[in-house]
Amino acid sequence: MTREELRVTREELRKELTEALAPVLDAEASTWLAGARERVGGDAGAAAVLLPAVGRRCGRGPLPVRGTLRRGRPASWTVDDAARVVLLLELPCTGEALTARLDDLYRHGDAHERRAVLRSLDALGAEVGGAALPLLHDALRTNDTRLVAAAVGPYGAARLPAPAWRQAVLKCVFTGVPLSVVAGLDDRADAELTRMMTDYARERTAAGRDVPADVARFLEVR
Amino acid sequence: MRIFDPHIHMTSRTTDDYERMYQAGVRALVEPAFWLGQPRTSVGSFVDYFDGLVGWEPFRAAQFGIRHHCTMALNPKEANDPRCRPVLDLLPRYLEKDGVVAVGEVGYDSMTPEEDEVFARQLALAAEHDLPVLVHTPHRDKAAGTRRSLDVVRESGLPPERVVIDHLNEVTVGPVADSGCWMGFSIYPDTKMDEDRMVAILREYGTERMLVNSAADWGRSDPLKTRRTGEAMLAAGFTDDDVDQVLWRNPVEFYGQSGRLVLDVPADAGTLFEGNSVLRGTPA
Repeated sequence: MTREELRVTREELRKELTEALAPVLDAEASTWLAGARERVGGDAGAAAVLLPAVGRRCGRGPLPVRGTLRRGRPASWTVDDAARVVLLLELPCTGEALTARLDDLYRHGDAHERRAVLRSLDALGAEVGGAALPLLHDALRTNDTRLVAAAVGPYGAARLPAPAWRQAVLKCVFTGVPLSVVAGLDDRADAELTRMMTDYARERTAAGRDVPADVARFLEVR
Repeated sequence: MRIFDPHIHMTSRTTDDYERMYQAGVRALVEPAFWLGQPRTSVGSFVDYFDGLVGWEPFRAAQFGIRHHCTMALNPKEANDPRCRPVLDLLPRYLEKDGVVAVGEVGYDSMTPEEDEVFARQLALAAEHDLPVLVHTPHRDKAAGTRRSLDVVRESGLPPERVVIDHLNEVTVGPVADSGCWMGFSIYPDTKMDEDRMVAILREYGTERMLVNSAADWGRSDPLKTRRTGEAMLAAGFTDDDVDQVLWRNPVEFYGQSGRLVLDVPADAGTLFEGNSVLRGTPA
């Protein structure tokens, strides 16, 4: 999919995630989430306490999703990821205030909360512009595949400068994040990325090691 | 033998240790926030340490099939440094995190007035955030430090069943047993307790409210001391069920009071399948 096709608005994503969550949340979790959404919608500060509680309130299992939420990528949603993103989509602010709030929630978040902030940028990216890029750079400095995978979503595809984006793709290869989760890979892959992948494959072969299947497939179509 | 190590500082261990622990039966652990050998000089280095305890370290543990939880606190030693005191203002945010199952290690190091104040404030935080407490007892003047810790816990009004007093030995176990608090023992190669002395204490005091840990850190220590204690118990005639109670059910019961223990098999450790594996981490 192209970067254009990956675009989604706050309302669209909120609706899609809400629909996906409805059949899997039990009555207690559902009531809790509805209350939490209302609280965040009325007071952005409430998110600091509510986001960390999502896993234990709503569950953490895989979330079955339909076509639109996949956006050409694996159906990589869990219940807690989706519920946290829904809460973030309720934040009653935009522009600079939204950037500052997301920055705070990321900086003080555990790995799950950080991942949710990164994933919320799929929709909120349009409202913060490039101002959330430092969060992606932070995530891409870790070797935590949960964060690396979340940083190569649609926001990263649209906003990461070319050198950082290529490094991010290579980092996926090195940390074992499947390239199928890289949003807009075919759209954005350029000659320089192909050269980097080719060099990597050569290095592996010279060392008597296998070329990862993902890299071989990537190079096959170039 | 399934093992839950209720006190182990994994930040200072290697992946070899994780592998050996898994082979020995360790499936879950709690890493208490403590000092790091080199004293910290600013709040910023605590932030990075705490972030690691709810970020990188659980991720690393999951790669080896082990569930990682932690406790958070300003430790007594560094409570004496005014540059570290503002850590107390950070704690409320961390004490809401999913992987945080207790407030700790709190307690005494040199029993200074600063330590008194920080200990009491953090017991209040435990009540506010509905979390159990892990109390470290001092190495120097241990018997007096243990009695004083029990006094402070009593004054705090926290129910004793929500408190573990750790690093106990033959001299300090008695008053803790009487107090109703949980009893923690760190089994080390040369210091604190060894596995045979531990077995003797279990014979005398029974297996209830008992927590056995390796407390392994950057000093001379052994992350398999929990397993060795289980073996020593069996050799001394304790049953498999007794071992399971001490090494698994007891820590689950104690930390389970937080409502935040997750004891399923980490998805990260298993095979790669579409969906969950990506977000929970894929094997390289």
